[in-house]
Amino acid sequence: MLDVQNLLKVFHPNTVNQKVALGGVNLHLDEGDFVTVIGGNGAGKSTLLNCIAGVFGVEGGNILIDGVDVTKMSEHKRAKFVSRVFQDPMKGTAASMNIEDNLALASQRGKSHGLRWNVTKKDKEHFTELVKTLGLGLESRMSTKVALLSGGQRQALTLLMATLNKPKLLLLDEHTAALDPKTAEKVLALTRDITSRNNQTTVMITHNMKDAIEMGNKLIMMSEGKIIYTASGEEKRNLTVDDLLKKFREIGQQNDRILLS
Amino acid sequence: MVYLNALPGAIGQALIWGIMAIGLFISYKILDFADLTVDGSMVTGAGTCAVLLANDVPTGVAILVAFVAGMLCGLVTALLHTKMGIPPIMSGILTQLALWSVNLKIMGKATISLVGKQLLVARADVGTSIIILVAFVAVVIGILYWFFGTKLGCAIRATGCNEEMARAQGVNTNTTKVLALVISNGLVALAGALLCQYNGSADINMGRGAIVIGLAAVIIGSVIVSKISSNFAVQLIGAVVGSIVYYLVYQLVICLEWDTDLLKLLSAILVAVFLAVPHFKQKFNKSKFVLADLNCDNQSNGGENNA
Ligand SMILES: Nc1ncnc2c1ncn2[C@@H]1O[C@H](COP(=O)(O)OP(=O)(O)OP(=O)(O)O)[C@@H](O)[C@H]1O
Ligand SMILES: [Mg+2]
Repeated sequence: MLDVQNLLKVFHPNTVNQKVALGGVNLHLDEGDFVTVIGGNGAGKSTLLNCIAGVFGVEGGNILIDGVDVTKMSEHKRAKFVSRVFQDPMKGTAASMNIEDNLALASQRGKSHGLRWNVTKKDKEHFTELVKTLGLGLESRMSTKVALLSGGQRQALTLLMATLNKPKLLLLDEHTAALDPKTAEKVLALTRDITSRNNQTTVMITHNMKDAIEMGNKLIMMSEGKIIYTASGEEKRNLTVDDLLKKFREIGQQNDRILLS
Repeated sequence: MVYLNALPGAIGQALIWGIMAIGLFISYKILDFADLTVDGSMVTGAGTCAVLLANDVPTGVAILVAFVAGMLCGLVTALLHTKMGIPPIMSGILTQLALWSVNLKIMGKATISLVGKQLLVARADVGTSIIILVAFVAVVIGILYWFFGTKLGCAIRATGCNEEMARAQGVNTNTTKVLALVISNGLVALAGALLCQYNGSADINMGRGAIVIGLAAVIIGSVIVSKISSNFAVQLIGAVVGSIVYYLVYQLVICLEWDTDLLKLLSAILVAVFLAVPHFKQKFNKSKFVLADLNCDNQSNGGENNA
């Protein structure tokens, strides 16, 4: 499904600010795989996701989605295969548009934007049903501007939008980190529901070791632009938070954020 | 009394500037792009239309060509921004500067008189003109209401609201920006074409400060209608209402026989005041909207502070 081969990303190459953010990353995911990504600040996790999504070009290596080489494909074209939920709840939705319009835009992902009416009556019913599954009571506020929703509500909506027409690959970049614990729990449960229901191939970055262990069937740990540890199957199921913290200590990463969570 | 007599003429003019304001609404409000092309593209519209009318081309054709000419102006600014990476304000300024020369070449001289030509609207026939202009405005609003309700229109709205998100949803944001600026400047040129007929002449200087008047209309309008409805058509109507309010005030200043040298200063002050209104409203009014925003900000900061 996803093949990342020897990916190299350098910021500001050939300047004093040169920074190798990804130094040859290899990653293979099968259909339906759910991988959690952990690692200290600046390890290159977000950069990896952004490269896969096409936010910026890469200096070397290839990215294949379902056998298609997308390395040079523009971001908006790649959106046909890939969808994302950002860390910042403000980023995933268009604030001045209402819930319906946002969902309609998402349902058009990967298709051309023609002159058909954006939200038909049939769409309205369909979207209302979908929003009901979130269990947040938003179904009665379909024409409310998204700006008026709370961060958690917006993040849940973004997740719904991202999975609306079943992308080949779902990328989650600390999508619960900006939410209060209770809301985070809810959005995480929603993530689990939707991804398992759709057998959704997913990459999820998190700083929460417990979530990283409990969610998904694979786990990777990154440090200084490289994947330094991979666990799957039996090994992943048997992991404990202590195991992971020990791994971090081995590589000399005493990250407060990781120790705290 | 003098004021009342001058009102119909002012309203005709206001309706024309209302179309211009709708154009600005698209770039400034929907696309969130401070487009300074308009001071130039308005004259392009007026100049093109006037040259054609002076050569006895049918009025409808002249207006249509002016509209297309304005769209081309918008295209230039859009390409400067999207293809060459020039910031919005600079792209607009460059096009505006270039258009000064282009407009002079189109017109051949600084002023073209339209006396005795076949015109669609004219200050001399203000009653009929107002009816025609109201129809014009209604058609423009109708078409835009439909367009921005389509998938493509929604993609443009999303681009203006959250470009990053739009791209992540598969919107080619370069294309949507080009489209919005083309439509916007087409409308501005259309307003120019109508204005030169209404005034009976086109002048190379008629676009100077146009953006301020247009923005004034947009902002006054949004202050007025924001209480009534968030419906898109109402917002467009708001831009026209804003234009009318602006010209009612403007006409009053003229009738009071103040020093007309001060008119531009007054315009700037008027716009500054209305621009400041939403700012102060937000500052003092702890509405739900503001609170929701603050909450989210705090939360995301909190997330980073844990780092
Ligand atoms: N746009 C950019 N320009 C320059 N350097 C960048 C840019 N984005 C990231 N970097 C650098 O690349 C490295 C990897 O950053 P990245 O954001 O991928 O880390 P991360 O693993 O997501 O960290 P965090 O847990 O803090 O989110 C960092 O050293 C960062 O400073
Ligand atoms: Mg990150």
